[in-house]
Amino acid sequence: MKTNEWQLQKHKNLKLLALWTIGWMLSMALITFGPVYLWNDGKILTLSAFVLNLGLGIGMIISNRNYINGADELEKKMTFDAMAIALGVGVIGGLSYSALEKSSLININADISYLVMLIAITYLIAIVAGKLRYK
Amino acid sequence: MKNRVKVLRAEHNLTQADLANAVEVSRQTINAIEKGKFDPSLILAFKLSEYFSKSIEEIFEYGK
Repeated sequence: MKTNEWQLQKHKNLKLLALWTIGWMLSMALITFGPVYLWNDGKILTLSAFVLNLGLGIGMIISNRNYINGADELEKKMTFDAMAIALGVGVIGGLSYSALEKSSLININADISYLVMLIAITYLIAIVAGKLRYK
Repeated sequence: MKNRVKVLRAEHNLTQADLANAVEVSRQTINAIEKGKFDPSLILAFKLSEYFSKSIEEIFEYGK
């Protein structure tokens, strides 16, 4: 079976998304640990790391959009379903946690990263569920 | 929505991957359409119609 242009473009989009994501993650580590371990709170370097992180983040968003636009219609449906579930769980989970914390029913100090992890894990589970559903 | 994609594919002696490649979708999409789990877009329906040289009504049957 010959690989056609559409598949090549899809693989290219996936590789670009992976590269932008890895770059963004590395820049996230740089801005998180750099001021403490690398340049001792230098403002210029911290600002530079922030600009780099922001730029790579924007690149990752555009790359993700390109990847979704290049996917076929079933893959798009699975992605949109997973995004809808992940967004819903993130909003409901985040607001429920906030309400419980304000009413002092729970006393766990949650960081924004927990919400990001919740959304990411929900998204992954929803993608796998979608793959199994249309298998 | 019922369809005759599997029958037509067999008549043309094609694998799911061959047909998927021809109409520029994934093999999983063809499989899901054949099993009735996924209804294709109008564009994909036209592509299949053109590929098999059949009208859309000859391939797909709308039913509740």
